[in-house]
Amino acid sequence: MRSLDRAGARTMAMLTAAMICAAAPALSADGARFGAPIAPGDLSSWDISIGPDGAGLPPGRGTPAQGEAVYAAKCQACHGEKGAGRPNDVLVGGFGTIASDRPAVKTVGSYWPYATTLFDYIRRAMPFNESKSLTSDEVYAVSAYILQLNGVIGAEDAMDAQSLPKVKMPNRDGFIPFPR
Amino acid sequence: MRKRGNSKEWRPEHAAANGILNRRVFLEGALVAAAAGAGSTAAGAEPLPVPSWMKQPGAGFSAYGQPSPFESKVVRSIAPAPNPATQGIGTARTPLQLLNGTITPNGLHFDRSHSGTPNIDPDQHRLLIHGLVKQPLVFTLEALSRYPMQSRITFIECAGNSGALNTAQAQPGNAQAIHGLLSCAEWTGVRLATLLEEAGVEPSAKWVVAEGADAAAMSRSVPLAKCMDDALVCLYQNGERVRPSNGYPIRLLLPGFEGNMNVKWLRRLKLTEGPVMAKDETSKYTVLLPDGKAWQFVFPMEVKSIITHPSPGLALRGAGFYEIAGLAWSGQGRIRQVEVSADGGNSWAPAVLQEPVLSKALTRFRAPWQWSGGPAILQSRATDDTGRVQPTRAQFVAERGLRGQYHYNAISSWRIDEKGEASNAFA
Repeated sequence: MRSLDRAGARTMAMLTAAMICAAAPALSADGARFGAPIAPGDLSSWDISIGPDGAGLPPGRGTPAQGEAVYAAKCQACHGEKGAGRPNDVLVGGFGTIASDRPAVKTVGSYWPYATTLFDYIRRAMPFNESKSLTSDEVYAVSAYILQLNGVIGAEDAMDAQSLPKVKMPNRDGFIPFPR
Repeated sequence: MRKRGNSKEWRPEHAAANGILNRRVFLEGALVAAAAGAGSTAAGAEPLPVPSWMKQPGAGFSAYGQPSPFESKVVRSIAPAPNPATQGIGTARTPLQLLNGTITPNGLHFDRSHSGTPNIDPDQHRLLIHGLVKQPLVFTLEALSRYPMQSRITFIECAGNSGALNTAQAQPGNAQAIHGLLSCAEWTGVRLATLLEEAGVEPSAKWVVAEGADAAAMSRSVPLAKCMDDALVCLYQNGERVRPSNGYPIRLLLPGFEGNMNVKWLRRLKLTEGPVMAKDETSKYTVLLPDGKAWQFVFPMEVKSIITHPSPGLALRGAGFYEIAGLAWSGQGRIRQVEVSADGGNSWAPAVLQEPVLSKALTRFRAPWQWSGGPAILQSRATDDTGRVQPTRAQFVAERGLRGQYHYNAISSWRIDEKGEASNAFA
């Protein structure tokens, strides 16, 4: 089955290439134009960018309580109980360390300026060994759980495409442009 | 040509304290004194036997050449993964102290990856350009290969390179361990501006979000102006296809910008009004300052240099003549001057810059040094053609402290002890 899928994909790739080659002469009057036009609807599965204003957030919804279950099953082995970190990045706490003489503990709560980044990154890159496997509901839920552990939202606050961009992150104003 | 039989003592002109010689000794061929009288002909070398490899034919041909087995220690150093369950987060560092010239061999180009190296079938790979464009476009590798190409020799430096020096204590590592997230190659590809113009850039577009096809789909926001300036969509690295660990089959090259933005395994470019605020431009790759604010969007790798010879692991063998050699670079232009010091920065003399000196490429510098056998602290200081001068460590710390983690470009030092061993020092 897998090899059939692969062969199918290869055939599709060859067909696509053949179509581009066939189309190229018609476009040659405009010089070197070898890109194949694609309809916006046909690229939606690739467009996983989430803007800080929430642009691109998909439908779905999740609460901290729902996220706790996802976290325990999919995240805790690397990020520790309640986001305490170890062996991988710490996700919770670190408040008061950013503007101090102590070592900075950069977490979602203490450092990240946008909650949308959390959804974007979890959806594209996590869980590490099976990225892009969570449903949108699960990504909203686990984002909500991490935000709630950091005290940024309440235990009853559900995250969705409307509420997530409105979350005011504690270090939202912590960044300045490079002066050179 | 040197005159023979004209015995005279070698008295090179000193240009800075503690044995730094005037670089003219390279330029004028005045590296040695003419042979002295009978005393200098005394036997020093062993008698010369004919080696075995001259008495029978050597090995046959190989389809893809490899370095000599005697060079098996010239390899990248790989930091152990912080968690065995999450392989592919980490670095492989270039052995700068074991190379010379300016071009990094492809197998030794540094590699910083966030979720391993994907095994991409080029026939199935696609590059998508969309967002604020008149017509979204998809490019196959075959299509990209039809465009006119450009080559440029360009360094790539990880923003975290030399980050170990953001500490109060000197570090035990060698040049590779401390500075090895730095490499330079000839990159060949299609101007990104050509592809963006084909898609038709909308006037409201100001940024381009570049995304890789790795498991993390690593993404960064790049100013549109940079993409229209000197950005390349690279297919080739030092003449052959880009290596998998460096982005096969397509790597975005943003000359002079921090390594992380040179997105590997490039699969998507989305034109937007503002930056997307990706994880790697907010929680990482921002430079935390002493007051708790952080610089964001620190794009250029600023003017910098390091000494590769001598350096830790390359012990000096007795007092006498040595070449001090190293690398200088700037993400904002061409190297104009490199100076070297053997007394911890109290006195300086200009080094020779090896041609060609190219913008946003590594430049090799060399300076003659007569080591007395006593303690020395070697430093190099680069200036680029914008007039920016590599800061002293004190100047660097005064501006941003030691919390920044990224973009460390202060002058660095090797302490030479009386045994000729080199080690990192803060001077």
